[in-house]
Amino acid sequence: MDRFTKTYRDPVPPPRRRTRSMFTANAVFSAAFLLATAALAAETIDPGALKRLVHQDCGSCHGLTLKGGLGPDLRAENIQHHDVDSLKFVILNGIPETPMPPWQPLISEEEAEWVARYLLDPETME
Amino acid sequence: MKPFALSLLAMLCLSAAHAEPTATGDLGLIIERAKGSVLLVDQSERAALARIEGLGDLSHASLVYSSDERFAYVFGRDGGLTKVDIVKREIANRVVQAGNAIGGAISDDGTLVAVSNYEPGGVRIFDADTLEMVADIATDSKTIGLVDAPGRRFVFTMWDTGETWIADLSGALEITKIPDMGDRPYDALITANGRTYITGLFGEDGLTALDLWSETPEPIRVLPNYGRGQEEMPVYKMPHLEGWAHTGAEFVLPAVGHHEVLWIDADSLQETGRTRTHGQPVFAMARPDGRHVWVNFAHPLNDTIQVIDTVTKQIVHEFKPGPAVLHMEFTPRGHEVWLSVRDAGKVMIYDTHTFEKLREIEADSPSGIFFTARAHRTGL
Repeated sequence: MDRFTKTYRDPVPPPRRRTRSMFTANAVFSAAFLLATAALAAETIDPGALKRLVHQDCGSCHGLTLKGGLGPDLRAENIQHHDVDSLKFVILNGIPETPMPPWQPLISEEEAEWVARYLLDPETME
Repeated sequence: MKPFALSLLAMLCLSAAHAEPTATGDLGLIIERAKGSVLLVDQSERAALARIEGLGDLSHASLVYSSDERFAYVFGRDGGLTKVDIVKREIANRVVQAGNAIGGAISDDGTLVAVSNYEPGGVRIFDADTLEMVADIATDSKTIGLVDAPGRRFVFTMWDTGETWIADLSGALEITKIPDMGDRPYDALITANGRTYITGLFGEDGLTALDLWSETPEPIRVLPNYGRGQEEMPVYKMPHLEGWAHTGAEFVLPAVGHHEVLWIDADSLQETGRTRTHGQPVFAMARPDGRHVWVNFAHPLNDTIQVIDTVTKQIVHEFKPGPAVLHMEFTPRGHEVWLSVRDAGKVMIYDTHTFEKLREIEADSPSGIFFTARAHRTGL
């Protein structure tokens, strides 16, 4: 039981906070990045494929209906204490020492963000 | 799709009308995971016979057969336990016994069906005839690797606490607990003779075995630190332990976090070799004669199959059946293999000697394939 609670107790790290000094540079960079990727994103985000990924591949641990399995319940009503950034962070980086793998090698930041938004609010992403 | 639906309809009408006795020895069921249905198939005809619906959430579903090969007990993710009559092609009984389940087993005498649950964690045991619960074993942990063992016993393991329990139902329920099996066991298998139980570990490199013939089984470490010095790779799907190669009396098992299969001598439990594979292996299954082992892989390399010769431990064949090959099942004597190719919506049938594709059968997001011959094998 101990190991279980240790492994899964609020496994999601808090969102990273940017320091003030980095903010400007970061904002400029992000803006440029957004401009550069905005056009690309429209072409590369494939909601159908991502939905399939969520239910079929995330589903192999979290269940096809996301109600949980070896991994925790990911249904929207049960993850509202997380925000898009923290979910996106976990999707991209995984959770060390647990079976949650980093998806960074397989999906882009934009795709991870789409998945995070989809998990939090599936209705509006239909 | 249309001709299939029509032929299905025709078959259904036919099956309602005909009163011919049905031989079930060549039959099998395929899990259609998204739809909550199972497809009844005939292995020698290479054909689908009927679709049976209403089984709930079948992601990660599996099933076992009654010893007379008439009934299948289907274990759904949603905790549903459904008894399917494959002669009448209908659901005979169904109970929802837990909130989140992971698999099951049937006792050697065919009278008890056990289900392994994540939520609430534990194992529940049912009368195979009526599906009435006869025992409720709470474990305070997600349970995995539930198998039947000779002598009306079930063996299962705790993901959270790393204990293996042996539940003996030959008389009044007796439980033997074996601690220290390892860090987060994710699945287990029992050998065909019912002697050796092996769990794979997620939390550490290595496996743990139990000799069930021993009066007091003790954990036996197998291949501790098998990945030493190698980089751990992300695991996008947990492997399954379900195969064991007979040739040279070896086990072949998927590694976790390493792209290889591991060969172990069945007597000494010492490593006898490794074979590098295309990706993270999910199933490494021996053809029934033991000459070849077929391996499929985790996302995103799950479009590929590799075939390994068990004498040389070399890969002798590699091909890409299609997107998301989830499971494979050999015909009982191994001349053909059925592969479920989920994202193609097809089950593909191959000759295991020439590797030639023989037939495709339409199925809705197919996953597990189970032929009735499993009814007579310990651990399946």
